[in-house]
Amino acid sequence: MDIVNQLQRQFIDHSTSLHREGIVDDQFTELQKLQDENSPDFVVEVVSLFFEDSEKLLNNMARALEQAQGVDFKQVDASVHQLKGSSSSIGAMRVKNACIAFRSFCEAQNREGCLRCLQKVTHEYSLLKNKLQSLFRLEQQILAAGGSIPVAK
Amino acid sequence: MDSSCNCIEPQWPPDDLLMKYQYISDFFIALAYFSIPLELIYFVKKSAVFPYRWVIVQFGAFIVLCGTTHLINLWTFTLHTRTVAMVMMTAKVFTAVVSCVTALMLVHIIPDLLSVKTRELFLKNKAAELDREMGLIRTQEETGRHVRMLTHEIRSTLDRHTILKTTLVELGRTLALEECALWMPTRTGLELQLSYTLRQQNPVGYTVPIHLPVINQVFSSSHAVKISPNCPVARIRPAGKYMPGEVVAARVPLLHLSNFHINDWPELSTKRYALMVLMLPSDSARQWHVHELELVEVVADQVAVALSHAAILEESMRARDLLMEQNVALDLARREAEMAIRARNDFLAVLNHEMRTPMHAIIALSSLLQETELTPEQRLMVETILKSSNLLSTLINDVLDLSRLEDGSLQLDLGTFNLYVVFREVLNLIKPIASVKKLHVSLNLAPDLPEYAIGDEMRLMQTILNVVGNAVKFSKDGSITITAFVAKAELLSDSRNPEFFPVPSDNHFYLRVQVKDSGIGISPQDLPKLFTKFAQNQSTATQNSGGSGLGLAICKRFVNLMEGHIWIESEGLGKGSTAIFMVKLGIPERLNESKLAFMPKVPPNHGPTAFPGLKVLVMDENGVSRKVTKGLLVHLGCDVTMVSSSEECLRVVSNEHKVVFMDFCTPGMDGYEIAIRMHEKFTKRHERPIIVALTGNTDKVTKESCMRVGMDGVILKPVSLDKMRSVLSDLLEHRVLFEAI
Repeated sequence: MDIVNQLQRQFIDHSTSLHREGIVDDQFTELQKLQDENSPDFVVEVVSLFFEDSEKLLNNMARALEQAQGVDFKQVDASVHQLKGSSSSIGAMRVKNACIAFRSFCEAQNREGCLRCLQKVTHEYSLLKNKLQSLFRLEQQILAAGGSIPVAK
Repeated sequence: MDSSCNCIEPQWPPDDLLMKYQYISDFFIALAYFSIPLELIYFVKKSAVFPYRWVIVQFGAFIVLCGTTHLINLWTFTLHTRTVAMVMMTAKVFTAVVSCVTALMLVHIIPDLLSVKTRELFLKNKAAELDREMGLIRTQEETGRHVRMLTHEIRSTLDRHTILKTTLVELGRTLALEECALWMPTRTGLELQLSYTLRQQNPVGYTVPIHLPVINQVFSSSHAVKISPNCPVARIRPAGKYMPGEVVAARVPLLHLSNFHINDWPELSTKRYALMVLMLPSDSARQWHVHELELVEVVADQVAVALSHAAILEESMRARDLLMEQNVALDLARREAEMAIRARNDFLAVLNHEMRTPMHAIIALSSLLQETELTPEQRLMVETILKSSNLLSTLINDVLDLSRLEDGSLQLDLGTFNLYVVFREVLNLIKPIASVKKLHVSLNLAPDLPEYAIGDEMRLMQTILNVVGNAVKFSKDGSITITAFVAKAELLSDSRNPEFFPVPSDNHFYLRVQVKDSGIGISPQDLPKLFTKFAQNQSTATQNSGGSGLGLAICKRFVNLMEGHIWIESEGLGKGSTAIFMVKLGIPERLNESKLAFMPKVPPNHGPTAFPGLKVLVMDENGVSRKVTKGLLVHLGCDVTMVSSSEECLRVVSNEHKVVFMDFCTPGMDGYEIAIRMHEKFTKRHERPIIVALTGNTDKVTKESCMRVGMDGVILKPVSLDKMRSVLSDLLEHRVLFEAI
């Protein structure tokens, strides 16, 4: 029980920090609400899908921006748009904001700016991924220890 | 004589008298010669403009010298010295020189002086011409002023007598006429009658036939025409010894709106004219001037206009009076009708009351009689009496009700009542009769039917009873099924009744009652007549035709009052029939947790199915947001189909899907296009799924374009669970949602 409580406390702290640092916003909470007996792994599934999608998109963007002869800004913009949509769907606030900034550079067709933004987006994404993965690990540990996931407020 | 004297002797010896005369003449000549220049100088000094002063000087010198010569001549008559002769000679030489010079000068001067004279003459002519023109202009101005004044006078009144009188008076004054007359066409149009004159107060009713050549000549010209003083229209004044002055006639068009005498003119298309005749004073040498004729023409036109205005005014006054009369008459008629209705109602009420009392007695006593000991025949008789009196009582009630319903004076007595109890009572009432006929009656009440409702209990029961009673009446055997449930949104509109599109709201619901029987059925051509008053189905008229045919008509009116609809379906004779009606009932306040009977409110954070099995289509290119939206909807119990492109969406969508969620901010995916195509695909409104756009930006432009294209709603992403829930419930309830931010 002690372990469970400890783990639960850790979980709550982690969750709170995620929200406090602005890595996720309320939309993430909504996602968590959708998880019930019918779809117990809903959040994990959605987030995994997001990770797959985002990695693909980030690669696309990197490749497109590396083109020495003429960057296809439209393609980059399309990818950023997708990423923005996905991140807002799961509530990844910082990634989404970075995408918004990225888009304006794409519109201005500023390669340097785009590269800088891509760096930022990648950075935020990695941060998000790490945090979410540790959150999920904690969840699994709690469940394995026989406890229940606390509903963070 | 001696030679020492140097005197010069004249040629001949002086003759005394001759000499004397010469002497005197010379003297006078000299005098004149000296005074002329003085006079010249004096007068030239007086005149300021004489340009040739030096000529005067020359002339003066010439004359003075001549004078001097003649003066010196005076000395030469007698013996005179050589000095005198010398002086004489000098003087003469000077004179000669000056005279020659002057003569030469005059050659230049005289033509100039002459031309001055010509110029003077020319200027005089010009001045005379200008004077004449000035005179003309002044006359025209005068005329213009007169016309304006006349017009003003004529137009300042709307009374035609005044107009005409004023015209004649003013014309007479302006043009200084002897006589002015106005001839009007008579009612028949064949004659002109003298209507107004200037001098005579009441003109005798002269008439002249209208088709005289002179009159035609005047009528066919738009100008004033000079006519002979001897023609009939001009012979107004009694003939006298004087020479009549010139006469002019002008036509005055009468616009067809004016009715001078009486309205029934046979032809209004031909132009009618009146004739204005103007006579100059007799015995004066005056002639009609052009400007005077122009004045007359202008005035004639003005008079025509003023007259038509006056006529229009008269017309409109008459119309107004007529309208007022009609209003009064209508008012009276309405009051009489109201009185009649009231009288009828009173009559009916009294009659009703009067009839009910004995009816009541009969029914009550017959029922009591039934309870007593009776022989079978007596029992039969009493039953018949009872049945007949019941029917009669119903008939009286029906008639009274119907008449009140028709007036619109019937109002529902709203109150809260127990719906279940109503149905059970109907069942109880009908069971005895049904069991007699060996009919099986069953009642099915839907579980979501509210127990209490707000409405007119009595009339609702009456309706249900009537319908059920009909079912029982027209069935010989079999069963009767009564079903009652709350009408759902999708089923509210019936394809048979496309006009009926009720919208349930927060505090009302629609009760739907279906009564199915296995009776004789109704043929399709009789279906529309069922609800008409007094119309009986012929085939059943013979069989237990107890009703007056009013029952269904009254039911229909009651149902309409309850904002509902009633109809009967039947597959044909012998195949039974189903009577269906829907009425709007209120939901009592205290039952707030079941706000809408068919949409129980879901407690938050728990996921009971709020929208069980609601088929929904989600279109989103983005896999992640698609999954999230699906998760949301699945959580709410919907049956979600997912598509990722617009083509797929249009392919897959069917009328089973109730709602379509479209992600809107994907570039390259034209959400508008899809909406338009969906509208094309589903022409009937209730088959088309509700289209909702999910978008990331909610500026006005997007919203307006969505509305224009026919979308039913716009939601801002991301959507929370609660928001999705409320959106869905709003959508399904109202079929439209336009602000979910």
